[in-house]
Amino acid sequence: MSDRLSVAKTYKLYIGGAFPRSESGRSYVVRDSKGGFLANAAQGSRKDVREAVVAARKAFGGWSGATAYNRGQVLYRVAELLEGRREQFIAETAASEGIATKKAQSTVDAAIDRWVWYAGWTDKIATVLGASNPVAGPYFSFSVPEPTGVVGVLAPQASSLLGLVSVVAPVIATGNTAVVITSQDRPLPAITLSEVLATSDVPGGVVNIVTGRTAELAPWLASHADVNALDLAGAPESMRAELEGAAADTVKRVLRARATEPDWTAQPDMSRLRAFVESKTVWHPMGV
Amino acid sequence: MSLRRFLHGLPGVDQVGVEQRAAGLATRSIKKASKLQAIDTAIGLVDLTTLEGADTVGKVRSLCAKARRPDPERPDVPRVAAVCVYPDMVATAAAATAGSGIDIASVATAFPSGRSTREIKLADTRFAVESGATEVDMVIDRGAFLSGQYGRVFDEIVAVREACGQAHLKVILETGELVTYDNVRRASWLALLAGGDFIKTSTGKVSPAATLPVTHVMLQAVRDWHTQTGEHRGVKPAGGIRNTKDAIRYLVAVNEVAGPDWLTSKLFRFGASSLLNDLLMQRRAQLEGHYSGPDYVTVD
Amino acid sequence: MWEYAPAPENRDIANLKPSYRMFLDGEFVEGAGEPLKTVNPATEEVLAEVSTADKNDVDRAVKAARRAYDRVWGKMPGAERAKYIYRIARMIAERARELAVLESLDNGKPIKESRDVDVPTASAHFFYHAGWADKLGYAGLGPDPRPLGVAGQVIPWNFPLLMAAWKIAPALACGNTVVLKPAETTPLTALVLAEIIQQAELPPGVVNILPGAGDVGAELVSHAGVDKVAFTGSTDVGKLIQRSLAGKGKKVTLELGGKAANVVFDDAPLDQAVEGIVNGIFFNQGHVCCAGSRLLVQESVADELIEKLHARVSTLRIGDPLDKNTDVGAINSREQLTKITELVESGESEGAEKWVSPCPLPDKGFFFAPTVFSGVSQAMRIAREEIFGPVLSVLTFRTPDEAIAKANNTPYGLSAGIWTEKGSRILWAANKLRAGVVWANTFNRFDPTAPFGGYQESGFGREGGRTGLEAYLDV
Repeated sequence: MSDRLSVAKTYKLYIGGAFPRSESGRSYVVRDSKGGFLANAAQGSRKDVREAVVAARKAFGGWSGATAYNRGQVLYRVAELLEGRREQFIAETAASEGIATKKAQSTVDAAIDRWVWYAGWTDKIATVLGASNPVAGPYFSFSVPEPTGVVGVLAPQASSLLGLVSVVAPVIATGNTAVVITSQDRPLPAITLSEVLATSDVPGGVVNIVTGRTAELAPWLASHADVNALDLAGAPESMRAELEGAAADTVKRVLRARATEPDWTAQPDMSRLRAFVESKTVWHPMGV
Repeated sequence: MSLRRFLHGLPGVDQVGVEQRAAGLATRSIKKASKLQAIDTAIGLVDLTTLEGADTVGKVRSLCAKARRPDPERPDVPRVAAVCVYPDMVATAAAATAGSGIDIASVATAFPSGRSTREIKLADTRFAVESGATEVDMVIDRGAFLSGQYGRVFDEIVAVREACGQAHLKVILETGELVTYDNVRRASWLALLAGGDFIKTSTGKVSPAATLPVTHVMLQAVRDWHTQTGEHRGVKPAGGIRNTKDAIRYLVAVNEVAGPDWLTSKLFRFGASSLLNDLLMQRRAQLEGHYSGPDYVTVD
Repeated sequence: MWEYAPAPENRDIANLKPSYRMFLDGEFVEGAGEPLKTVNPATEEVLAEVSTADKNDVDRAVKAARRAYDRVWGKMPGAERAKYIYRIARMIAERARELAVLESLDNGKPIKESRDVDVPTASAHFFYHAGWADKLGYAGLGPDPRPLGVAGQVIPWNFPLLMAAWKIAPALACGNTVVLKPAETTPLTALVLAEIIQQAELPPGVVNILPGAGDVGAELVSHAGVDKVAFTGSTDVGKLIQRSLAGKGKKVTLELGGKAANVVFDDAPLDQAVEGIVNGIFFNQGHVCCAGSRLLVQESVADELIEKLHARVSTLRIGDPLDKNTDVGAINSREQLTKITELVESGESEGAEKWVSPCPLPDKGFFFAPTVFSGVSQAMRIAREEIFGPVLSVLTFRTPDEAIAKANNTPYGLSAGIWTEKGSRILWAANKLRAGVVWANTFNRFDPTAPFGGYQESGFGREGGRTGLEAYLDV
């Protein structure tokens, strides 16, 4: 054992590309699966959620307007950086989730690969979901998928890294920006991921990460009028109906969660990409 | 140069939009009294035309008799607006219509192609007017227009206008050769700026001749000209308008695009030949309650 | 002056019956609800008495649809389903004239629209979707997408037959069965469609049509046996439905209100823009969720455009919906007329400049003269609220960025229009506008192959095209 005392990390929120503490000044203890102290995490408040939505909205124009090629490169860069910090994520995931190192390794590897999978989708989605519409008239009509806007994401509670990546990457791959409320009890990999995002090429505000009590924060996200869609992946089952109901006030798109958290190691399909895009149909006459 | 800037600065015409509007208005259902009124109006707007290489004095006299009294059995049928002939037939037509109030329109300016010298075109015009034409239907130089020599087209219209003296000038755009609606709009404004009293679609020698959407664009031009200058100018679709149904569609377009003020022979004409007999048959059908046949109208 | 003589379509063609019954499990039966009287909005006369469903009828219909789904329709090969749907398409076309006249009687829309738009497009929707029934594996939603089960569908009164077609055709093509509630004020053509469905020999229970008011709709969408809810109507009701279904796990699609901006740049083809504006707001009396109700015009051409617009609107012929020359028909109900009147009054009191078409209005019936407000600002109610009537609000802008900012400044996002001759500007604006349908140099075009639906509070899900299938498949 080294006799040098290690420098402990302070875990903060990630909003608009910066790492603020909660405006509430609150923090909470994050423990490992055996109940040992891991760290203090910022306990975000509704005002932090509000700030995160503002940041996400501000970032939306630029991110949705970026070329799909550029978004693909940015997502791929995240995978690169994650790979570089693989060991750190394995350790944190193992600690957070109480899994063996070997399983943590495969989980982190899957998370890295997931970024690569979604990075490759950015410039395919319009081809696959878009269409040229053969309308019965002298018009050129085409449909393209466009990002829905600001998506509120309740990250999975159990799978602190792979689950998180599996829900955030598809949201931003199509050009949305995200406000993520992390796993309440396992927030540390998310915060470390935010450090990766901050040093990658993901523009500030595209992903905003708030740690804290899900039950406290989720209703504010669900009812926020400037949030366009809601991913209930990590919503407590008892709250899902209430959150979906709150989302109805501004006709948000809601991606519901299955009763139990899915196996995130399974190969994803397009459904999460489809969930947060809008089809836009454009018509123009054809004439001389 | 400024003429080019002006013409190219006119709002564009969307083909699909104008064709849809024309098709939409063409579904107006004109029945009963309004149909009879439309038929009589249409008869009074006809420039009864013969423009054949085979035209003879006899043919033109026969046409003029028809123009004066379209339906011999029904003296209440209005006379047509004008007869339209080649310059060498003007004198014949003028004599045959003397005292009727029917105008004599003559095509001129190396009709129908317009491919000759300015001198010949002006001489053609002067000859027609001196022979008794009260209206001259000139053709524009489409070659010059399509090659962007708008000044040349303009100057020629001005020169012909001058050669016309008191005669009214109709400027044939030959829209079938201009092809696009943008060109039709530009040529319409060019002709109006140069002093044409009427803008006319076609010679009848080129297909397509008059169409409803082309006429829409030209009606918009005279309407907008009126808005801007307060002056009324006329429109004459010619060629291909063969039956009453078509004619009524044109009248609806006049009524709703330019406005009811244009439903007069001073501002709207049909360049047609076979149309008149169909109008007469339909008129009888309206009045008699059964359909008429071609043997009951005169073939002239 | 040349007055057009009345040219009414013969109302006998509608084969109007004194009473209509709901269609349940393949039979026309009396409903246990309070019968409703459907009124011709152009004359205020009662057209027919229509039986309505009660709670128990809804339950019976959903159960019938479930049986049909489990026993027949859900497992029928797609190619066989297709042939039934093709039959419906053809039979609508065969009875097109009857349906058009009936639609105009019941709804108040001009016969030229029911004849040239509603009915042919309804037939086209069935024809288009029929072809999908055995090709769903090619829709890009996985190799073997499965139907959802029973679809509960609630439609509005503005396009009664067409909305029924938009709902029923994709549902059937994807292998679902249907319980549909037409609007209270316009139930008739949906019940003739039921007749067609019966004549096409669809198995009993595959399609059930239950007239009634909002309570029947509420009963239907919340019924536990319904797997899929599709609603077209107001944003307020859409929100209620979305809220009531929270946590129920039913797949939902909503097609709600709009406040579309129709943006005219200074280089627009002005005459066609005027036509597009007129079509955008006066088509179907403005009872169109995607109506171009906010005209945004570049200041440098505003005066000229508004002058042309006034002249054009003055030529619109308002009156008897059955007259083939009528351009603007009757407002669908007294209730809607009151709402329009109230919003127009708010426009006046908030200081917008009102211009009303000088066209004469009939003495009786629910009519409202085409109205154009200029000098409208974004803050006024007439710029923000959906009027759903023949009322246009004109605003101006100076730069393209300002145009987009104003166009997008609404919680709605169903449609938008762009008028400019400059291709790159069209594509730029189409990209920036947050709306599900963008019409450039045209407006109010619909086609079964082209997805339709909104952003934000205009709803979610699409109808039409490959994208529209997703709403009726378990994917």
